[in-house]
Amino acid sequence: MGEKVTIGGIIYDVGNSTATKTGTWRVFKPVFDSDKCKRCGICAKFCPEGIIEITQEKGAQANMDYCKGCGICAEECPFDAIKMEVEKK
Amino acid sequence: MKTVMEGSNAVAHAIRLCKPEVMAMFPITPSTHIPENLAQMVADGDLDAKLITVESEFSAMSATVGASATGVRAFTATSSQGLALMHEVVYAAAGMRLPIVTTIVNRALSAPINIWNDQQDTISERDSGWLQIYCETNQEAVDTMIQAYKIAEDKRVLLPVFVCMDGFILSHTYEPVDIPEQKDVDEFLPPYKPEHAFLDPDKPMTMGPFAYPKPYAAMRKELSKDVMKAKAVVKEVHDEFAKKFGRSYGNGIIEEYKNDRPIAIVAMGSVCGTIKEVVDKRDDVGLVRVRCYRPFPKEELAKALKDKENVIVFEKNVALGLNSGAMYPEIKDVLYSAGSKARVNNVIGGIGGIDVTKENVENFIERLKDKEGVVEFLGGDPNE
Repeated sequence: MGEKVTIGGIIYDVGNSTATKTGTWRVFKPVFDSDKCKRCGICAKFCPEGIIEITQEKGAQANMDYCKGCGICAEECPFDAIKMEVEKK
Repeated sequence: MKTVMEGSNAVAHAIRLCKPEVMAMFPITPSTHIPENLAQMVADGDLDAKLITVESEFSAMSATVGASATGVRAFTATSSQGLALMHEVVYAAAGMRLPIVTTIVNRALSAPINIWNDQQDTISERDSGWLQIYCETNQEAVDTMIQAYKIAEDKRVLLPVFVCMDGFILSHTYEPVDIPEQKDVDEFLPPYKPEHAFLDPDKPMTMGPFAYPKPYAAMRKELSKDVMKAKAVVKEVHDEFAKKFGRSYGNGIIEEYKNDRPIAIVAMGSVCGTIKEVVDKRDDVGLVRVRCYRPFPKEELAKALKDKENVIVFEKNVALGLNSGAMYPEIKDVLYSAGSKARVNNVIGGIGGIDVTKENVENFIERLKDKEGVVEFLGGDPNE
């Protein structure tokens, strides 16, 4: 038995992209250095997935359910506070 | 009442009677007269439709898909290279289950460039999920256009349909045709009321989404089953049309003509008229005309052909790399599965607009009636 699908694969409950956990695609992961982070938010603005959150307490943090490990945040950070590391799974 | 008119004009009238709301078309020989006539009807106020003059056939089919996705009856027409350019969107339309109807005026494919008739263009789209119905006469093209929307929009089908008519031989030929009354067509073909797919800001839905392997495979499996199931609706709509308008074409799927004889010719489209004339003069040959080519009428053909001594498959296409026509192995599959002992031969003819004469038909019957497994390619000699 295969999957249950609608005719033409039409999706009627729209806005369901959060159900697709794109974090499984990741090879590299960003490692945030809370001490170096100035809470400027540049990484969050450049993040194509929009999943970096800045708090005064922890600095920048990514939602790893959806982080694809593209490294744009690390590239853009002016304070060298983000390092990309190969994720060991 | 019958009127003498050009095939393309007759088909344009049939489309007008179907009241499409959007038509996106790009002219290409030999289908050009269809958009030309329809544009005139819109300009004259005889047809209330949005006519989109696009810059290519890729855009024509894309706009048609877009229109159908908003839930309106949509139409386009093309030929040959135009259909080839539509190819990507042709598959999308079937996968998205949009009930579009497209008239294909059949023409040869490049290279070399050739504007005349064969059926290589639609045969090359045979695996796309579109239904394909091949017409023998202009009257059948008119009637099939009206049937096609009813088939496509049936909730058991929801698939696009190609109505195929031979370029020039039908499209540019003047024949007496009976154009039905609007009132009768309205009774037969109610307005399209989409339930599965219609883009509406108040009720958003995602069409043609990305699919991971498992749901993709499930959808293709479902599509394959549904295309096969559409055959029953093609027949049902044909029968309903016959009852209302008094015209029928075989059983709607295949047409058997004097098929009580040891040899059967299998063919599609206008050449069947020529073959029927030859059949009338002989007592050993009958004709089985494939009207509905996709879905392929396996059961009907098995029944019509399994007890034959010899089956000659006549085709206006070449399956390059197989060195036969595309339908030849399909007919062999049908006969093998039915346990038939029939000898099967193949004639590729009418390629690139070569006339197929009665003499040609007589001669290939004589050459092949004692043969088995021969693939012939007619080159254009009228006495061949």
